Amino acid sequence: MRSTKKCLLAVLGLPLFLLSFWHAPALAKTRKTLKIAYFSQDSIAAPALSNPDPFIPDKGIPGTQLGIDDTNTTGQFTGQTFTLKTIAVAVNGDAQQVFLEQVAGKFDFVVANVPADTLLKLADLPAAKKMLLFNIASSDDVLRNQECRSNILHVAPSRSMRTDALAQYMVQKRWSKWLLVVGQQPEDRLFAEALKKSAKRYHLEIIDERVWEHSYEAGRSAQSDVAVFTQADEYDLLVVADERGAFGEYLDYRTWLPRPVMGTQGLIATSWHRTHEQWGAIQMQNRFKEKAKRWMEEQDYAGYLAVRALGEAATRTQSTELAPIKTYLLGEQFALQGYKGNPLSFRPWDGQLRQPLLLAAPRSLVAVAPIEGFLHPKTELDTLGHDQPESQCHWENP
Amino acid sequence: MIKKLILLMLLLPVAVPAETVFVTLEKDNAVALVDPLKGTLTKTVPVGLRPRGIALSPDHRILYVAVSDEHTIKMMDSASLDSLGTLPSGDDPETFALNPKGDRLYVSNEDDSTVTVIDIAKKKAIASIAVGVEPEGIAVSPDNRWVVSASETTNMVHWIDTQTHTVIDNTLVDPRPRALTFSGDSSQLWVTSEMAGSLTVIDVKTRKIIQNIKLAVPGVTSDKIQPVGVILDRQGDYGYVALGPANRVAVINAKTFATEKLLLVGSRVWNLAFSPDQKRLYTTNGASNDISIIDLESLRVTKSVAVGLYPWGIAAKP
Repeated sequence: MRSTKKCLLAVLGLPLFLLSFWHAPALAKTRKTLKIAYFSQDSIAAPALSNPDPFIPDKGIPGTQLGIDDTNTTGQFTGQTFTLKTIAVAVNGDAQQVFLEQVAGKFDFVVANVPADTLLKLADLPAAKKMLLFNIASSDDVLRNQECRSNILHVAPSRSMRTDALAQYMVQKRWSKWLLVVGQQPEDRLFAEALKKSAKRYHLEIIDERVWEHSYEAGRSAQSDVAVFTQADEYDLLVVADERGAFGEYLDYRTWLPRPVMGTQGLIATSWHRTHEQWGAIQMQNRFKEKAKRWMEEQDYAGYLAVRALGEAATRTQSTELAPIKTYLLGEQFALQGYKGNPLSFRPWDGQLRQPLLLAAPRSLVAVAPIEGFLHPKTELDTLGHDQPESQCHWENP
Repeated sequence: MIKKLILLMLLLPVAVPAETVFVTLEKDNAVALVDPLKGTLTKTVPVGLRPRGIALSPDHRILYVAVSDEHTIKMMDSASLDSLGTLPSGDDPETFALNPKGDRLYVSNEDDSTVTVIDIAKKKAIASIAVGVEPEGIAVSPDNRWVVSASETTNMVHWIDTQTHTVIDNTLVDPRPRALTFSGDSSQLWVTSEMAGSLTVIDVKTRKIIQNIKLAVPGVTSDKIQPVGVILDRQGDYGYVALGPANRVAVINAKTFATEKLLLVGSRVWNLAFSPDQKRLYTTNGASNDISIIDLESLRVTKSVAVGLYPWGIAAKP
């Protein structure tokens, strides 16, 4: 009887051993599974007038999957398994309906790649109250303030974080007079609002604000139009708010005065960029490219971090349950490696991930914010975006 | 005054043995040679693309340099600096460790998540061991029982048996473990975790954590405390930890684990090496392009020597 048992154990043990490439005593423990849903809504390629980069339909997915792969290497020894199910809503599909059918009651943790209004609708569903959603797409400041939700953590940086990063660099450069050009989309206005707030915060001057109104194909007349449009008194920098890329690329080299461009085109503030190689980032870039056969996008990076954050919390708490994991994520001890020099953590007052931002031109990394010299009593990362005293987020159950 | 000078002149030739410090310069593709007693840069010699890890054979005769972008480890005569050949290190070698006898070399292959074992006499790779994601720090115990590899993304220390080349155990540590070192008696393993700003002390016998030390510098925000290099003296009295962008070396009492002193060195202090007599400690300062020389008796930084772009690894020979 005894020897049969041993035999059986050996037979069972063998495939495990082969699978696990390490001889690992920890495998003997009972395994627990942490299931993550990746929820996105398909979008159609927006008309980009001058964008030579191909439309990427799966932004976010390979990054999130890589997060699962990496996290499982640790999980293998701590008795935890991390799984991912991707759920995509069709372009005209009903996100709430799909969420109720495929996510509600089945998952506690959701990586959400949806616009802000959809995200709020999902988070406000009664079924979502006992969930934790990771926002990897929307930069809307309102989600971190008046419309914050205690069941959403924001891995994507806010617009304010981006514009503060740009402003800090411009303070260092002393390029303090800006001419602001704003597109006609609602998100362009939000970006312009954030820019204005950052300019005020860092005592920079916006000499004029102009709305780019041309609705026809801008390339045809950009040469003359931009020159006329940008005629203004003395300024240092042309600042553009055009998140979709409808006209921003046409500004550089066509301005009346020779002035650099910054904002959504020219020099941008981003959470990830293909030119980023420091702090081990080159390893991340290589591993991602091998997996996805393309460059890592911001949503991929955010999805990766969301899963890694969950993995870190699950490892340290030895739990796969929502409550202890959420407490750990928002606690002081939580420190996440994000290939950007500083340890990353969540702001307990609005659920925003603290992170450095890369100031990048299309083919060069110009600086990393927070810029040296911008100090903060707790962490310099809190010089970007809404700090605790100015936050308008008041969670009912923080 | 004159008496003192004469005394000093008399003392100098007798009391001062020669010593050479080798420093890899990541962006200069070179190795800098420093006379630490004079505190001067002796010369800089080209070595290959992106040199990082550096070590001397136990008899100090052979210098090993990982030239990352040439995917090899170069062997040089440490006196003449003549080439003695190359070792097949696998892709993008960064850090490596020699066993006490000096006949085996273990390399971390960050991109492949493996550790390569090299037979130095045959100049051949004899094993490749799968470890966690992004292995970096690597060390061999003085009793030659263990090779330990720290994987930065898996957040684990992997315990490899030197005889069988298999992973026997894994210890979970704080986020982004970077460097590790054994105590002289092989009883403890010290591991730095860059993102947690901590030092973990592990009991080798049980492979369990016995102490976790959160490092701190007054007046420096905690996210700037990013420990990398760690080194322990032979007697087991003190350990030294390079704190990265906090620009300090923490002096840690190895009995009480208390930080007894913080020494201000150059910026982004990275790796550490003792002088052969363990009277001095040398640091590479990646962002200020120099090395700092610390006198361990007085615990003072006595000199900084400009060496070149991105000093990375460091090793000293008598």
